Formats: sequence, C-alpha cells, structure tokens
Amino acid sequence: MFSFNTPFKFVLKHLGAALLYAYAWSAFAQAQQLGVSTDAALAQYRSMLQDANPADLYVAKGQALWTKARGPKAQSLESCDLGLGPGVVKGAWVQMPRYFNDTRRVQDLESRLVTCMEAIQGFNTQEIIAQDFSKGERANIALLAAYVSSESQGMTFKVPQEHALEREMYASGQELFYMRGGTHDFSCASCHTQDGRRIRLQDLPNLSTSAGAGFAFGTWPAYRVSMGSIWTMQQRLADCFRQQRFPKPKYVSPATVALSVFMGVNASGQVADAPGLKR
Amino acid sequence: MSDPMRIRLQSAGGLTTVKVLMSHEMESGQRKDEDGKIVPIWNIQDVFATLNGRVVMSSEWGGGVSKNPFLQFVLKGTKPGDKLSITWRDNKGDTRTDEAVVS
Repeated sequence: MFSFNTPFKFVLKHLGAALLYAYAWSAFAQAQQLGVSTDAALAQYRSMLQDANPADLYVAKGQALWTKARGPKAQSLESCDLGLGPGVVKGAWVQMPRYFNDTRRVQDLESRLVTCMEAIQGFNTQEIIAQDFSKGERANIALLAAYVSSESQGMTFKVPQEHALEREMYASGQELFYMRGGTHDFSCASCHTQDGRRIRLQDLPNLSTSAGAGFAFGTWPAYRVSMGSIWTMQQRLADCFRQQRFPKPKYVSPATVALSVFMGVNASGQVADAPGLKR
Repeated sequence: MSDPMRIRLQSAGGLTTVKVLMSHEMESGQRKDEDGKIVPIWNIQDVFATLNGRVVMSSEWGGGVSKNPFLQFVLKGTKPGDKLSITWRDNKGDTRTDEAVVS
C-alpha cells in the first residue's frame, strides 16, 4: 500500500485532520508510560480535544431543529414545557427527570421530548418508540437532547424529589439498580458500585457516589467517537441492559426513567458537562 | 446542504492558532452497510484557508480522515481584524466556506 515512490501528495492527504487526534492519543500513551493513571491520562486526552468535541456540531443542528416547524401539525418545539415553563430551555435539563402535571408522570428529557413532539407537532409516540436508536425521529431526539443539555452546561444538578411520584421513582430506580438477573446474574451495581474499576480502558463510574453519578449522568448525551454519532442516556441505558444480557428495555419506559431519577438525584450538586465526548 | 464549521482563533504575539471542526460524513468508500453493499465514497478532498483573500494553507484529503474532522494549524504574522476563511470541497462537488476574524 505504501512505498517509497508514493507521491508526497498521498502522504499529505492522509495526514490531514487525523493529526491532532493522533497527537492527543500519543500524549495519552506517554502519560501512561510515565505511570500516570489511566483516568488522569484520559482526562488529559479529553481536555486536549475540548475544542474539538464534534458534539458541538450536533448542538447546532439540535437548536435548528428546536425552532423548526415540523411534523403533521407543522409546529416548532418552542412552546414545549421542559419543567421550567413553556419554551424555557436554559437550566431545564439539570432538573430532570421530574414530575409533570399534564402527563401525571415522572419524565426524563427524552420522554418529555416525545410528549411535546406528539402534543405540539403531531408525531405518533408509538411509532417513535417502535423505531431504532439513531434512526428517523429518534435520531432527531438525540440532536434535540444534545441541544437542551448544552443549555445547562456548567450548572449544578438539582433533580427534584418533592412530589410523591418522584420519590417513588427514585425507590424503583434504586431497586432496579441493585436487582440481579439475566443469564449472567448481573445487576447495574455489579459494575457500578466500586471505585477505580474499569472495563478494558473505560473507567466505570461508581454510581452510588455523588461524584460518580455526576460524571455518568452529567456527560450524556455524548458524542461517541467510535460510533460517529450522539448517544443519549436512553441509548446508553439500553446498551447497559444488553451488556447485562437483560431484555431490551422499551424506549422512554418507566423503568429507564426510574434509573435516570436514581442517577440524577445521586448526582445532586455535581456540575453538568453535556454533551460529552466518549470513546 | 452542508452544516457550518466551527472555527476558533486564539491569538498571541502575532501567532494565531486556528482550530476548525467540520461537519461531514467522510465515507471512505470501503465501508459496507447492513445489507453488505459498499457505502459510496463521500469525503472532503480539498481544504484551503485564506487570510484577507490570500491562500495561506491548502491540503488534499481522502478516506483516511475521520468523520467530523478537526483541523488545527498556526499562522504567523497575523494582525487583529484579519479575515480568515476556510473552504472545503468534497468529491460530490459540494463546498462550504466559513469565516472568522482575528482578534
């Protein structure tokens, strides 16, 4: 493939933009050799890519989608109530999941977006639930989630526990988190209740601590470099279920929302830094 | 239609660090979809930067560059108010230009 008479052009062409990623990665490898923990080295890698998080591109797309008249009713989502009043996006995400009077349910960001898309724009909830992640309206929800979460960047989590249903959802989430099952007799807690553990190179956040929950809950949605797309918390959870060999959870189902309540409340006081950048 | 690039400029002592994040699929032409069919090649082939209309950087890219590419380079001898523009062109002939001003 590569020989000495390869034109210089060819070499240049392949250097292109991959250069900085390669540079950042070599810094990461060096840090590892110097005995710096994987965690610290990955943090350094992330900080070097701070100006280059492709999630920013999706935030811009999500913002355009938020204000665009769409769906059978040709309406924009600008009147959508995310908990702080119709159209208020700033700071809404750090106070979700929460109880909503109109639906009489505790909803996370994605389930609330689906509600708004049906009520305001006329989309069919069941059709959205039946779709796959990253396809059709679900891909649009990921863009919207990236935008909404970005509007709370740097704010501290304050997921409410005032309503009885909110407290009930926290208890359910906690129960689900510690519930062992499936062919591998796994629970979420099997991987996520110890400090300093990892799968391959990925650190496993300890979700029973505030810092761990803050890191996990506060950085999704995120751009996944290996997937080249935005993953939402719902997608992250669905993939955790798959890794546990559990049945696929229904999109925006109460069980997934309960787990988000559990993580969100545990993350109280931690700073939101979404959309994040992940492997 | 293509999406805007994100251009960030950081200037110090006549040196300007240019950081550009582009939105592009960058299909290499070697990947297969779920049905086993080749995903057609679709990537950026030329990228160039101009400072006040004069070309200061040009490059040829291809299938080895990742999706949503990031480009960083340093310019010497810049002054506040200089206008920098970045242009890319892909193999479908689609092109996009975005501008930023040196501060």
